[in-house]
Amino acid sequence: MQQFVNVTLSGLTQGMIYSAFALALVLIWRSTRIVNFAQGSMAAATAFIALAIINAGASYWVALVVALIAGFVMGALVERIIIRPVEGGPELNAVIVTLGLFVAIQALIAIIAGSSFQSFPTPFGVRGFTIGDTTIALTPTSLYVIGSVLVVMALLVALFRFTRTGLAMRASAFGQEVARLLGVRVGRMLTLGWGLAAVVGSLSGLLIAGGGFVYPAYMDSLIVFGFVAAVLGGLDSPIGAIVGGLILGLALSYISGYVDRGSALVNVSALVILMVVLLVRPGGLFASSTARRA
Amino acid sequence: MGPLAQPPPHSGSQPFEERTPTARLEMTGISVAFGGVAALSDVSLAVEPGQVHGLIGPNGAGKTTLFNVACGLVRPNAGRITWRDQELRRLKPSQLSKLGISRTLQGVGLFAGLTVLENVMVGAHRHAKAGFFSALLALPTADKDDRLLRERATQALVELGAEGYAGRYPGSLPYPVQKRVALARALVADPELLLLDEPASGLAEDEMHELGELIRALSSRMSVLLVEHHMDLVMKVCDRITVLDSGKQIAAGTPAEVQADPAVTEAYLGDDVDVEADAAELAATDGGRAND
Repeated sequence: MQQFVNVTLSGLTQGMIYSAFALALVLIWRSTRIVNFAQGSMAAATAFIALAIINAGASYWVALVVALIAGFVMGALVERIIIRPVEGGPELNAVIVTLGLFVAIQALIAIIAGSSFQSFPTPFGVRGFTIGDTTIALTPTSLYVIGSVLVVMALLVALFRFTRTGLAMRASAFGQEVARLLGVRVGRMLTLGWGLAAVVGSLSGLLIAGGGFVYPAYMDSLIVFGFVAAVLGGLDSPIGAIVGGLILGLALSYISGYVDRGSALVNVSALVILMVVLLVRPGGLFASSTARRA
Repeated sequence: MGPLAQPPPHSGSQPFEERTPTARLEMTGISVAFGGVAALSDVSLAVEPGQVHGLIGPNGAGKTTLFNVACGLVRPNAGRITWRDQELRRLKPSQLSKLGISRTLQGVGLFAGLTVLENVMVGAHRHAKAGFFSALLALPTADKDDRLLRERATQALVELGAEGYAGRYPGSLPYPVQKRVALARALVADPELLLLDEPASGLAEDEMHELGELIRALSSRMSVLLVEHHMDLVMKVCDRITVLDSGKQIAAGTPAEVQADPAVTEAYLGDDVDVEADAAELAATDGGRAND
C-alpha cells in the first residue's frame, strides 16, 4: 500500500511537469499548426539563464522570474524572426526549422555554459513528509511543482476564457483569415501565443531541473514525454495535454515502480504508449472531431 | 467600484445609434488578372451613402473578385478605390474594421471552437478600448471593457433574434441560424459599409423575405454592397445594380432599368428569356465561385 501511494505521488508530480511541457506544444500547435521541437532546448536555455543568476548570488525566485520572462521573449522572437517566414508554407519546412533550432540552441548552450553536469537548486526540501512514522514520497518540492503548474494553468485558462486578448487568440487559432477580416491583429496573436507557450515550456524545464542536474541535453527525455502526452491528449486540446501528461506520468511511474528493472523500461514504455495511441486512436484520447490533417 | 467607474448609460446598452450614412465607396477602372487571364477589366461602381447596391452576373463574371478587391484580399492590377473621400492604397483585410467596413463570407465562416456570443464578440473587437497589456493582465479597465464587449455582442444577437443561441457552438446550429450569427458578427462592429457575400444562399423562402427586410432596414444607417444570385431578392432590396459578365460591366442602373436591359438577359441566357426564370436556374447552381 505504502509503495502504491509513493509510486502514485511521484507519478503525479512527474506527470504535472509532462503536462506543462505538453501544454506548451499544444498552445503552439493550435495557433500555428507547428510542432515546436525546439521547445525543449529553448526551455533548457532559460534554465541556464536562471542558473547563471543564482550563481551570481541572487535568490531562486529572482532567477525564476527572469527565466520565465526570458522564455517569453525568446518564444516571441523565435516566432517573429524564424517561424514567420515558414508559416503557412509546406509543413515540412516548419518541422525542419524547429528541428534545426533545437540542435542549434542546444549547441549554443554547450558553447556558452559548457557541457558538464551542473547542479540546479530547488527552493524547497526534497525530504518526504512523514505521516506517523512512515515517510511518503511527497516532498515540499513536489508540492511546489504541482502548485506552480496549477497556478500557471489557471492563469492561462483565465486569459483565454475571460480576456479580449484571449478571445482574439482563440479566434486566430480557429480561422486566421476570418479573424483578420474582423480586425484581429493575427500576427501579434501568434507571437503572443509562442511567447506564452515558451513561458510554460520554460517553467517545466526549471521544475524538472530543480534538485537535479542540468546539462545542454537535459531536456531531451522531457521532450519525448511531453510530446507523447500531447499526442495522447489529441495535440489540439489543452485539457487533453494536461490529462495526457498525468496519465503518462502515472503509467511510467507504475512501470518503474512495479516492473522488474522497470526504470530501464521507462523511455521505451513512453514510445510504446505513443505507438498504441497512434494505432488505436490517432486523434488522441480527447479528439473532439475527426483528426485534422497535420 | 464607485459610480464614476460605471459606463455612461448609452455607450454599452445602445451600440447602434441612428445616424445618417455619409460614407461613399467608389471603385474606378478596376482590372484584375490572374496569371494573364483577365478576371476583371475596367470595372467601376459607386456605392452611395445609405444605398443598397447589388452586384450580379452569371457564373465566373468576376463578382467575388470585385468583392475581394473591395476588402483587400485581392490587389487590383489597375484602378483605384476611394472610401470616405480618401484613396485606399495597399488595402489590407485587417484594416477593414478600422475603416468601418464589415464583410460576411460565402458560407458562414464562424469560428468552430468559439461560442456564438464569443464569435460575435470577435466582430466587435475594434470597439474595445483596453490596451494590449491591460487586457493581458486583466486589469480593471480591461474587465469593464470586456463587459461592454459582451453587452454589445448580446445586443447584436438580440437584433437578429439569435440571442437564445449565445452559449451554443456554431456547429450544432441549423444553417440559417449560423447565417444570422455571421450577420450579427458583421453588424456588431457598427460598420458604415456592409459587404454581403451571398447572404441568402441556403435560406428558405420566408427567411429570405426576412433577410430582405433586414437589409432594407440596415440601409438607414449604412451602405450595403450585395452579391447575390436570388434575383427576386436583389430586385426587391437594391437601389442600384451593377451587372458583370466575363469580367466586364455590361449594365448598371436601377432594378427596373437593369431588368429592361436586353444586354443583361442576353448575358445570362443568350436569348430573351425573363430574368425570373434565370434566377431560379442560377439558384439551383452553385454560381459565382469560379474566381475563388
